[in-house]
Amino acid sequence: MKFFHPQKFKKRQVSYAAKYLNWLFLTPCLLTLIICAGWPLIRTISFGFTDATLDNLSDISFVGVDNFVAIARDQDWWKAVLNTFVIAIVSVPLETIFGMVIALILHRNFKGRGWMRAIVLVPWTIPTIVSARMWAWMLNDSYGIINDLLIRMSVIKEPIPWIASNALSIVSIILVDVWKTTPYMALLLLAGLQSLPQDCFEAAEVDSIPFRTTFKSIILPLMKPTIIVAMIFRTLDAVRIFDLVYILSSGNNENATMSVYSRRFLVDYADVGYGSAAATVLLFFVAFLSILYISFNQKKLREMS
Amino acid sequence: MVWKYKKIIKEIVFYSVCLIVAFCCLFPFYWAVVSSFRDSSNLFSTELLPSKITFDNYKEVFSDVTFGCSFLNSGVVAVCTALLTLAVCLFAAYPLARAKFRGKKRFLMAALGVTTLPHVAVLSGLFELIRFLDIYNEKSALILSYMIITVPFTLWTLTNFMRNIPKEIEEAAIMDGASRYEILTKVFLPILKPAIVTTGLLAFIAAWNEFLFALTFTLTNQSRTVPVSLALFSGASQHELPWGLIMAASVLVTLPLIVLVVVFQRKIVAGLTAGAIKG
Repeated sequence: MKFFHPQKFKKRQVSYAAKYLNWLFLTPCLLTLIICAGWPLIRTISFGFTDATLDNLSDISFVGVDNFVAIARDQDWWKAVLNTFVIAIVSVPLETIFGMVIALILHRNFKGRGWMRAIVLVPWTIPTIVSARMWAWMLNDSYGIINDLLIRMSVIKEPIPWIASNALSIVSIILVDVWKTTPYMALLLLAGLQSLPQDCFEAAEVDSIPFRTTFKSIILPLMKPTIIVAMIFRTLDAVRIFDLVYILSSGNNENATMSVYSRRFLVDYADVGYGSAAATVLLFFVAFLSILYISFNQKKLREMS
Repeated sequence: MVWKYKKIIKEIVFYSVCLIVAFCCLFPFYWAVVSSFRDSSNLFSTELLPSKITFDNYKEVFSDVTFGCSFLNSGVVAVCTALLTLAVCLFAAYPLARAKFRGKKRFLMAALGVTTLPHVAVLSGLFELIRFLDIYNEKSALILSYMIITVPFTLWTLTNFMRNIPKEIEEAAIMDGASRYEILTKVFLPILKPAIVTTGLLAFIAAWNEFLFALTFTLTNQSRTVPVSLALFSGASQHELPWGLIMAASVLVTLPLIVLVVVFQRKIVAGLTAGAIKG
């Protein structure tokens, strides 16, 4: 086709038109992202430096970093920061371990694998609010089945106030979060397992190498990048946790996370300036993780462009 | 002989782990179903099987106008969000997957960045926008805010799927004189049907389950979505929640999703893992 000059000329014209078409096709998406995410984000950050309230968003005055100083002085805020990090640091590794177990199960070819996959997806499917309610019912101190079982097995004598007590309600939140998000983690890890060269599994099986060795010296090193990316992604998700905490902490200050704290000031106390400032601080906490996450996806980005 | 013995033990261990996992995944939902069929006098019994089944809780849920409203709201909002997201992302995914141009990498990176945003960080800005557009307490406000969640993720997944379509198909279409629009709608769309079903479904589920925006941008009982009415559901007194009723409502909200997931599980798994989140 090299000698086919007229075609070449024509092609150049097409590609010129195509360039403008590229952006025409991208416009709706770009506009959506700007209107729904970009602009509100900029506004939230700028509200953080003002005394805006919910009823009065337009006639506002600049107050500098007052809101941020007030946040830094608020003990409840630091409690929220601590809670958020405790939840993230405990639940993400647990999810990774359980997720790995489930991924290894689903990776094996056995009878009933389809069923297993469907069953594992159930906790992920159930809306977070529903999961929170279901578990709150099971963990109910006087009527819950979990206390009942524990008492019948004589592990405990008195019913445990899983949700009413502050220290334990963090445990409950972590428990429900792990239950809910492990399936997702499992799927991410399963995808990683499936993209590994399958012949090394077969070779290990033929040589009847014990599974522990295969896992330690083949699967784990090869899966490392997938595990890291999945963990970063899950941490990003865990740091902004809202729904579960909102239901399971029944509105007390002790167990608030950063998201719950920000929203409380923003909506319940109608202090948009202060709430936005808190949300901005959360954003900066997350930004570091985001950058890490995006840079881990660089390879994929390069592949795509 | 010893070898065989070992293998049998291995199998037993494997299947018991499977059973434990399955039990942990299913039991909470099973318990919600069982509780929803109990009448108020038996509600606090901890028998694993209900001795007497009653549909009273379900009758009450259905007679509750608020709950019917929120069910409808959730459905409308989730379907609209999914369709709108697909429309927007299909067009955008085409150049992102098939063309070379400046700014492409930055675009994808920005979309990836949006997936990591804490939603509370756009809350006040969105609130202002929604009030400016005068759509507070309306479904369009929810659809608008849900796009933050669904668009970036759908965009990545569709771009990924579209990248895998063989070049020859596109070239053949170009040779036949098809325009870009025609290539997208007449050639790619039929090929991408499974991917569209998957991503649409995921967007639907995300919108159906969303809570923070729905809680913040709705005010009246009539405009709430199911998660919000479920969260704000409380009985006559604060300390005695109508658990039977809550469980019945929970089961009703979850059933459509479980049916969808069981039917489409293979596709959903493919969609979830083909997206952005892969090493």
